[in-house]
Amino acid sequence: MADTLALQRRKKTPEEIARRVALNVAVITIVVIWTIPTFGLLVSSFRTPQAINTTGWWTAVFQPFSQGFWTLDNYISVLTEDQMGNAFLNSLLVTIPATVIPITIAAFAAYALSWMEFLGRRLMFILVVGLMVVPLQTSLLPLFRLYNDTGLAGTYLGIWLAHTGFGLPLATYLLYGYISQIPKDLIEAAEVDGTTPMTKFVYLVLPVSVPAIASFAIFQFLWVWNDLLVALIFLGTSVDVAVVTTRLSELVGSRGQAWYVLTSGAFLTMIMPLIVFFGLQRYFVRGMMAGSVKG
Amino acid sequence: MSDAVIPKSRGTQVAISIVAAVVLFVIFAWSFNFLRAAAAPRFVIALVALVVGVGGIWALFLTADRLVSQLPARARDIVRPYVFITPAFLILLVYIIYPTIRTIYISFFDFQRGGTPQNFGLQNYVRAFTNPALLIALRNNLLWLIFVPLFAVSIGLVVAVLVDRISWEKYAKSLIFLPMAISFVGASVIWRFIYYRAPFGAQIGLLNAIVVNLGGDPVGWLRMEPWNNFFLIIIMIWLQTGFAMVILSSAVKGVPSSLIEAARIDGAGEFRIFFQVIIPFVSATILTVTTTIVILVLKVFDVVFVMTSGRFNTEVVANMMYNQMFIQGTYGRGAALAVIIFIAVTPVMIHNIRKLNEA
Repeated sequence: MADTLALQRRKKTPEEIARRVALNVAVITIVVIWTIPTFGLLVSSFRTPQAINTTGWWTAVFQPFSQGFWTLDNYISVLTEDQMGNAFLNSLLVTIPATVIPITIAAFAAYALSWMEFLGRRLMFILVVGLMVVPLQTSLLPLFRLYNDTGLAGTYLGIWLAHTGFGLPLATYLLYGYISQIPKDLIEAAEVDGTTPMTKFVYLVLPVSVPAIASFAIFQFLWVWNDLLVALIFLGTSVDVAVVTTRLSELVGSRGQAWYVLTSGAFLTMIMPLIVFFGLQRYFVRGMMAGSVKG
Repeated sequence: MSDAVIPKSRGTQVAISIVAAVVLFVIFAWSFNFLRAAAAPRFVIALVALVVGVGGIWALFLTADRLVSQLPARARDIVRPYVFITPAFLILLVYIIYPTIRTIYISFFDFQRGGTPQNFGLQNYVRAFTNPALLIALRNNLLWLIFVPLFAVSIGLVVAVLVDRISWEKYAKSLIFLPMAISFVGASVIWRFIYYRAPFGAQIGLLNAIVVNLGGDPVGWLRMEPWNNFFLIIIMIWLQTGFAMVILSSAVKGVPSSLIEAARIDGAGEFRIFFQVIIPFVSATILTVTTTIVILVLKVFDVVFVMTSGRFNTEVVANMMYNQMFIQGTYGRGAALAVIIFIAVTPVMIHNIRKLNEA
């Protein structure tokens, strides 16, 4: 702060100004390169199929009224004819419980690991930390066969539990990091009233842990929402259960040249994450950082 | 919670707890069949699914706790922690520990399209390092493992240093971080559009439009071996640079300004400061970020699956594993590939556990 103030008070030399301009130009260049791909998709998704196929999306940007041919029909047709609306609903049905269930189980476990004495505590802790980076690839085949035998394949319950399993070590580890740091006095103060561990957990520990829970919730929500592999294997691609990612990848296969379908379809899959991104940016960044070690 | 409101006899309490557990079980069983049969309107199914999924897990814990509360005091204190920890343990056991062991076991056998295991041995591993198709997958994975972290971390670091000195840092960082929100599938569609080669008429893919404008012929980027691997790798760099940048940015802000001032007074230029002051100072963070991206890239699947399905020599290990396990039904071969990925991450796992034991 002090540096910048001093800089402003002094008259800038031409060299400093040149450096400042170069710096800004460099950053602008990188930002533009990083944004163009998404921007092109967004613009195209609102153009008529005819316009998409005859002119590049950039012409619509430079001549928005003569070259645009703007429309919402792409979205309507991809939502209905191409079943993306259904997939969107399925994604919500998969993602919400697949976020709540692991957080709940992890929070209970983290509480026990932090504040309860029991046999096997150390072992459980090593398991949580060790299993955190185990790639989910090594689980897929046996679980797939288990699911086929038990009838869990292609069910919501099946995929909730699968995502719970794959997210649980990380969730427990993160929540333990937070819950174990709650001041001992606070936990013990609740004890005098003759409360059970359950009431302490529900009314004291959970409310206090909201920041950690929110960060992980955002990470897990996006992870599940954006996941393709787990959905592909445990839920499948039939339109009544397919989620947005599996649906979109099916569309790439079946309608690979129909850009009005693919652009609007892709943007639909991105809406939820983008809402979370712009709406909860601070938690979003924190969550993505915390979750980056997931196996 | 409401136990204290009306005093009830012990017998009634025990009865209530047991009835609650039974009712819960019946509801679970019913809703599972209901969701599977799926004859009801979709929004009803949706509602039932949400209530069962979100409410069910809580009902489970509360009911179990209620049952345990009925035990005599001493037994209760011993059993109670297990109410909290058992679900987590069971999930880890069923979803990670058992399948991982099973996968390792399967990887030593051959399967005739989903049949019984036979011919115990190392053949699947030998094949993984001798079969030409698999060697290409391994080579490609190596390319991914080198170039994604290299570029994502380098660009991320340069951007982190640059944005530290501009007034609109927050917005620049946001826009570069934004791809982190996009799924690999979504990103693949975005880049398919950029790499697209129209068979006739105007080139509407950005890259080919540029090539044509410069007087060249449109290029089929995704069929251009071996460079197509790099065009896929670029997608992952695009996705991961923001991650590297955000973490490195906070590390760069930790470099003491006195250190930079001192270097400047000694006559060091910006480049020397970057390489000899900033990089050494944030090297630990660089290592962390690199490791994280390496682990991610090791498992890269979606991008290849959507862009090329591994055709045109762009196969990677995770995609090949998927094909062998779930398309061709050659379980043993697929399992061996999964184990190879697993072995590749074990150093990180061991490191984490060791750090835990030190603490």
